[in-house]
Amino acid sequence: MRRTTRALDNQTEGLERLQPGTTLQDRYLILGVLGSGGMSSVYKGRDLHFPNVTKLVAIKEMTSMLTDQTMYEMVVTNFEREADLLATLSHPSIPRIYDYYTDKNSLYLVMEFIDGKDLEAILHETDDFLPVEQVINWAVDLCDVLSYLHNHKPEPLVFRDMKPSNVMVDQHDQIRLIDFGIARVFQPGTKGTMIGTEGYSPPEQYRGEASPAGDIYALGATLHHLLTRRDPRIEPPFSFSERPIREINPNVSPEFEAIINTSLDYDPKKRYSTTETLKQALLAAVKETGILIRPRTAEISAHEDDVKELWSFECEDEIRGSPILYQDVIYIGCYDNNLYALDAQTGEFLWKYATDGGITGRPAAEDGVIFIGSEDHRLHAITARGGKLVWTYYTEGPIRSSPTLSHGHIFFGSDDAYLHVVNSLNGRRVWRAEANAPIWSTPLIQEERVYFGCESGDFYCYDFRGEMKWRKKVKRAVTSSPIIFDGLIYFGSKDWTLYALEVENGWQVWRFRMGGPTISTPSTSEDKIFIGCGDNNIYAVHARHAREVWRFSTEHQVTGSPTVFEDSLYCGSVDGYLYCLDIRSGRLRWRFRTEGPITGSPAMAEDRLFIGSNDHKVYALLA
Amino acid sequence: MSALKNFFEQIFRRRKVLPPESIKTAPLDPSSLEPSWHLEKQQTIAVGAAQSAGIERDHNEDTLFVLLSNATSENTLPDFGLFLVADGMGGHRAGEVASAISVRTTARLLTQATFLRLLENENQSNELPLQELIRQALEEANESVVARVPGGGTTLTAALLLYKQIIIGHVGDSRAYIINDGRSEIITRDHSLVERLKELGQISSEEAASHPQRNVLYRAIGQGANLEVDIVSHSIPYGGYLLLCSDGLWGVVPDHEIRRIIYKSGHPQAACEELVRAANAAGGPDNISAVLVGFPPK
Repeated sequence: MRRTTRALDNQTEGLERLQPGTTLQDRYLILGVLGSGGMSSVYKGRDLHFPNVTKLVAIKEMTSMLTDQTMYEMVVTNFEREADLLATLSHPSIPRIYDYYTDKNSLYLVMEFIDGKDLEAILHETDDFLPVEQVINWAVDLCDVLSYLHNHKPEPLVFRDMKPSNVMVDQHDQIRLIDFGIARVFQPGTKGTMIGTEGYSPPEQYRGEASPAGDIYALGATLHHLLTRRDPRIEPPFSFSERPIREINPNVSPEFEAIINTSLDYDPKKRYSTTETLKQALLAAVKETGILIRPRTAEISAHEDDVKELWSFECEDEIRGSPILYQDVIYIGCYDNNLYALDAQTGEFLWKYATDGGITGRPAAEDGVIFIGSEDHRLHAITARGGKLVWTYYTEGPIRSSPTLSHGHIFFGSDDAYLHVVNSLNGRRVWRAEANAPIWSTPLIQEERVYFGCESGDFYCYDFRGEMKWRKKVKRAVTSSPIIFDGLIYFGSKDWTLYALEVENGWQVWRFRMGGPTISTPSTSEDKIFIGCGDNNIYAVHARHAREVWRFSTEHQVTGSPTVFEDSLYCGSVDGYLYCLDIRSGRLRWRFRTEGPITGSPAMAEDRLFIGSNDHKVYALLA
Repeated sequence: MSALKNFFEQIFRRRKVLPPESIKTAPLDPSSLEPSWHLEKQQTIAVGAAQSAGIERDHNEDTLFVLLSNATSENTLPDFGLFLVADGMGGHRAGEVASAISVRTTARLLTQATFLRLLENENQSNELPLQELIRQALEEANESVVARVPGGGTTLTAALLLYKQIIIGHVGDSRAYIINDGRSEIITRDHSLVERLKELGQISSEEAASHPQRNVLYRAIGQGANLEVDIVSHSIPYGGYLLLCSDGLWGVVPDHEIRRIIYKSGHPQAACEELVRAANAAGGPDNISAVLVGFPPK
């Protein structure tokens, strides 16, 4: 029996474990620890009565450190009950028991060794949703073993502790129910009576009722967890209906969702009356839906009517940067070296200004002047009307960082590893600050402080005099630009992490690990932080709890930055689509297809939206 | 056991407030506080704490802990605070030992990992995020209680103040409130079964009040190896308050009355003593603990 649960990983101070090589009863050779928790440990062992073959066994050892005699006896009784129960059962999904004995202060149960993983471990080791068909197969098998227990004579047996960590899947994809040590120690008394496994237990279990209907609820809870990947133990009890399965995992058919919802009914009488009827419902749903996994594309194409293209404009090379809307004109840089000015209403070409290098950033505008950095090492100041040069400012490297304006100054980074601060009227340097590596992120200005990350993974906070206030080092490059929300500064890194730091000295408040590196700049709304990631997902993370609220999977990396407007989130992906998602649920509202990767972020104005694509085009959309 | 209890009382500065009949009506020594203390005139953070066994209980299973360091200038030390409330449960004094052990473990780990490092002015480039530190501290408290106090358990609400952030770790049904602009927001979630059933509309407030399992928690320190800690961070409420309290206060004194007392009392210490007195005046069915932190305006 192998158990891998989160709680078992960091356990057992004071619990003396048996060392590999120890022999118990001159018969069982300890090979290693499979897991431990509470007062018991489970070891992998070899039965030496079979010298010619390797017969593996799982040995559950219970050592009590309890000094209270009554408590001790209760624990022993429970352990013996588990042994006695297992000895009377015979079912392919229930591990066989070989031996039971006591030795000094410890009790031992020798059982069939199952070479496999429990469902909780499987959830931990995977990132994507589990295949629905596989989950249904497990569900049907679990119904079978529960039916066996519920039909036990003379008394029905209630398992009472159905949860992913108590279900093993062996090498042949067969499920096994483990851990029959169900009778928990309940404390008598009023104040502070405490309860067993939280999250999967039915409401009536808290009234002390154990019935087959409770196992059906717990099975429903287990299936809900497997399909949504949302752990019910970190959610309020009985809150499954607040996390509708298909909103989280659209691969699940409405029929299967309805079956799980029925199993999870608060009222035991409204659930399936027996596990046999639940199994019949599952089989009927499989038959009815034919293919269980519905093609997602069919659903998506219907949404494409919700967005209309107003105009598009084609440049001579890829558009990697982002547009701005300023005085009803769209300004956007292109890898063809030009900054374009387009009429926002019609898409009509107004002028273009040629630099000597590709443009990857987003322009900034103030007092009739547009500012843009170029790979020609220069920051260009250009008149908004007419596109005439006002001044340029040289750095020692290509400029990929976008400029930020504040108090008549322009802040931007360069590949020369300096943050440059330039007077916006005359283009003269006010000061510059050295970083450890090229700066590609866009500086953030707040309360006379400037924050920016660089390609070495260093993140800096400077004051307006150019004095460093603090510095924070993360493991990989910080290309993502910072944002500040409610006293915390947020940015992503290529080390796969979204960071939340205290603004005053950069102390980490939390971090959120994603499935890949990110260069996307976060955005925020309603206590949520949104960020795109190289693992193809757009994430929404709760700003206070640091928990994932939802994630939306695109078909390629998300390097662009999400933009929030009212209750929608707009974000492009390298898969060529611009996505519009509901910020609360992460559900797709529509998507718009371009012919190349989208790496920039959109500019918004009321119901209009502007986005550049690597297909050389700028699009204006009506949403 | 009584030596141990005295020891904990010394450490955690337990205060016993007398039942109402023996309370003086003017318990504050006017010279001990400024005659007209007003939060809006303050420039530094102020804290108060008070505790009572209540009327119906003969001993106190709550533990509270207060540590506050006020910044004197920007470049020396930041504002730092650590505030804990634990409400123990379990027979044979297990409750008070559980709450004391939890508070001591959490306070030790958190001061080592944060406050002592600030004093040492250590570079924190490889420090753990504060939320993870607090989670670890509560998990360790849980392991200590599981290993050392069988049958004992406790709630634990821990608030760490650093610069302008408050980070809270929470298990059980003690509460943290942010009180600002005359409104209060409960920023923790009670891990109480009956509260949860009430939230779901399964039972009414009246049924909840008389529910046989109204004291049952679905999460507590000392419950077992699997502990899920709630963590939340909040920016400081300028010109407002952070209140931590056990259910002996919030279950007895209505929220609006708690706010009224806080706003009329001036200094947080006076407010805490008044809150405890109000809970005892309402019958004092349970142990009462309150920690109130007042923040200066921006």
